Amino acid sequence: MSNRARYACGSMDHALSRRRFLGASGLLGASGLLGGVASLPSKVAGAIPKNDYRVVVFNMHGGLSQLESWDPKPSTNTGGPFRAIATSVPGIHISELLPKTAKQMHHLCLLRGVNTAEDDHGKGAYMMLTGRRQTPAAEYPQVGSVAAKMLHDDQTGLPGHIIITPGGGGGRGNEAAYLGPKFNSIHLGGDKPPQNSNKPDAIAQEAEDRRHLLRRKINEQYLSQRRSAITDAYTHSYEQALKLMERREVFDVSKEPQAAQDKYGNSELGRQCLVARRLLENGVSFVQITHSNYDTHNDNFNFHIEQVGEFDLAYATFIEDLAERGMLEKTLVVVLSEFGRTPHINLYYGRDHWSKAWSVAMAGAKVVPGAAFGQTNKEGTEVVDGQVDHGDIFHTILRGVGVDSSQSLIVDGRELPIADPAAEPIWKVLV
Amino acid sequence: MIELDVTKSHVLHQWKADSALIACRFSPTGDHCVSTSQDNRLQRWNIADGQKVVLEGHESWVHALTFNKTGDQLVSGGCEGRLIWWSILEAQPKAIRTVEAHAGWIRGVEISPDGAMLVSVGNDQVIRLWKADTGEKLHEWPAHERHIYSAAFHPDGQHLLTGDLLGKICVWKLSDRTLVRTLDAATLYSPNKGQNAEFGGVRSLAISPNGNEIYAAGTHKGSNPFGAVHEPLLLRFTWADGALTKSHVCDGIPGGLLYRTVALNDATVTAVSGGSSGGILLFFNATQEKEFHRAGLPSLARDMDIHAAKGLVATAHFDQHLRISALFA
Repeated sequence: MSNRARYACGSMDHALSRRRFLGASGLLGASGLLGGVASLPSKVAGAIPKNDYRVVVFNMHGGLSQLESWDPKPSTNTGGPFRAIATSVPGIHISELLPKTAKQMHHLCLLRGVNTAEDDHGKGAYMMLTGRRQTPAAEYPQVGSVAAKMLHDDQTGLPGHIIITPGGGGGRGNEAAYLGPKFNSIHLGGDKPPQNSNKPDAIAQEAEDRRHLLRRKINEQYLSQRRSAITDAYTHSYEQALKLMERREVFDVSKEPQAAQDKYGNSELGRQCLVARRLLENGVSFVQITHSNYDTHNDNFNFHIEQVGEFDLAYATFIEDLAERGMLEKTLVVVLSEFGRTPHINLYYGRDHWSKAWSVAMAGAKVVPGAAFGQTNKEGTEVVDGQVDHGDIFHTILRGVGVDSSQSLIVDGRELPIADPAAEPIWKVLV
Repeated sequence: MIELDVTKSHVLHQWKADSALIACRFSPTGDHCVSTSQDNRLQRWNIADGQKVVLEGHESWVHALTFNKTGDQLVSGGCEGRLIWWSILEAQPKAIRTVEAHAGWIRGVEISPDGAMLVSVGNDQVIRLWKADTGEKLHEWPAHERHIYSAAFHPDGQHLLTGDLLGKICVWKLSDRTLVRTLDAATLYSPNKGQNAEFGGVRSLAISPNGNEIYAAGTHKGSNPFGAVHEPLLLRFTWADGALTKSHVCDGIPGGLLYRTVALNDATVTAVSGGSSGGILLFFNATQEKEFHRAGLPSLARDMDIHAAKGLVATAHFDQHLRISALFA
């Protein structure tokens, strides 16, 4: 059985991933991009100043129900069986499935008017992670790659873009598009360190050092005549892997006091959150944690009890922990999905795909704390105030960590706006 | 006494509520049936003429219903964890007593054979026994490691059975609440690693009137549980030694799930399947692996009750209808 989470509806997302891989490998994607860039903003980034902000994305794979989380509609025909509970912010109520998160509401900012108008898993995920609609003419970098490019300091010895997925896995992702493979993610399987990141005992350190010396010499000889962006990326990957091996303990949650481990809960997600905190502390700019699976066409409510319950403890502890350590001021934590779920409850106590009126949660950095922006109607079937989309959210994430989202990058002499020029930050949720 | 012939079952009445229905139970006399719906309400239906009276008092859905033995009180258990006793025969029934009974969903309430005790079970994994007439809590004990989905008193009045998400059925001795034995119904549990999903459970428990057989209903083959890919399954155990004697599979009902099973008599056990194949009544006996009769219903059903003396079946439907079917020609 594959360890990768499967959608209930048999989506083609994973088949698309290979196509995305072929289209985005190396820097070649840049040549196909221009067709998708309708207009260019005036500001162009020169040398990009780094800052010490961080981004964490909780990707609620499959489509978290907004009604069972951030925008409950109790005692309505669409509300389902769960009640709304008060939070630490008077007047803001969330689902009773999130009692611990409710106590952290003063750190959170809810976007309750999200309308992305895309009910396909793969396309929805692409939009939420790139801030743009997928087109055959262009490939855009995901938020993790952009954050790594704009925020990460290579001197940390750790990669700037890490994605933690449930179960096994490992290896590298392919999300950087025209930014180049340097900004692709390193994947962690579950709560384990990167695959093959420990030196086998049979290899002596002296032999290892000699091996790398030889590799570097041969590399230098080759690069002196045939250097390219691709060979640079290759060299970078090798050196980054070596640095990562030296810092392998950062991924080891057993180094944390037992009390901290207990606080996050005995779940894979809890351990992943603890790994994420350690990565942030050690300078990693972007961490994405996938929590799976919310594609609950059937038995939505039983499943959300289990899954949101697990999320509540780990997430609330993570937010509280960052706040107590003073890290939340510089860390933006975003909870998103590819879409929400239908207000209509189907035959099987399920909810289906729904992108017209759903929610995203943010916390920390430059986002207004203790707020709810946007509103849906009584039964949650449409946005009635504060409507935003994936493009607006992408801008807001970047602005939330001090990045001017209206600027462009220069790639192969071309100006490429880092966020969709047709969208803009949600200024009301930014301080 | 009506001569039953389940092969002649047919819908007698259908009455519409204001929201999709969840559960239903007949009163002991069979004069009324009470249903629950997704708008958190209960409906009392008069079987003779379909007259409806709406009851309000829960803040959530109600999956659990039981009448007292005299039929003048109904107890409902909601997903907010609340038990409500209703004066169900009054023109406009009132809540006599409200007890905040469980943390989280109540999934089952049952009245003991002598009518003295009420049991409630749910997501907090605790079994609670109550005095049926006063609502006084008699006993409570943590009983399962996962959500308790169902409960049933044995007709001997000495034992209680409870079933959970993992397919574990516990037999408890009521006098001292000790665990007598467990029955393995794990085939009703479909964990799915690919979806990181836990699914299934002993959705319903029933016991034959003579007390010799135990029935556990639910679903199996959950290859894509959150896409509604699973099939109905009824397990039959002997009371004497807890042995599994039959796994009643139901061919040709993809997406089916048995929401409830009820022993019609010592020879026949009935179950209702909901899911993507619609609502189906299934009738099983001890000699055949598969059902000996199935009757399609007009819409997906989510619960069922039987009034054996009157030969009636009530079914609660997604299309907001309560349907009353006859088990005779």
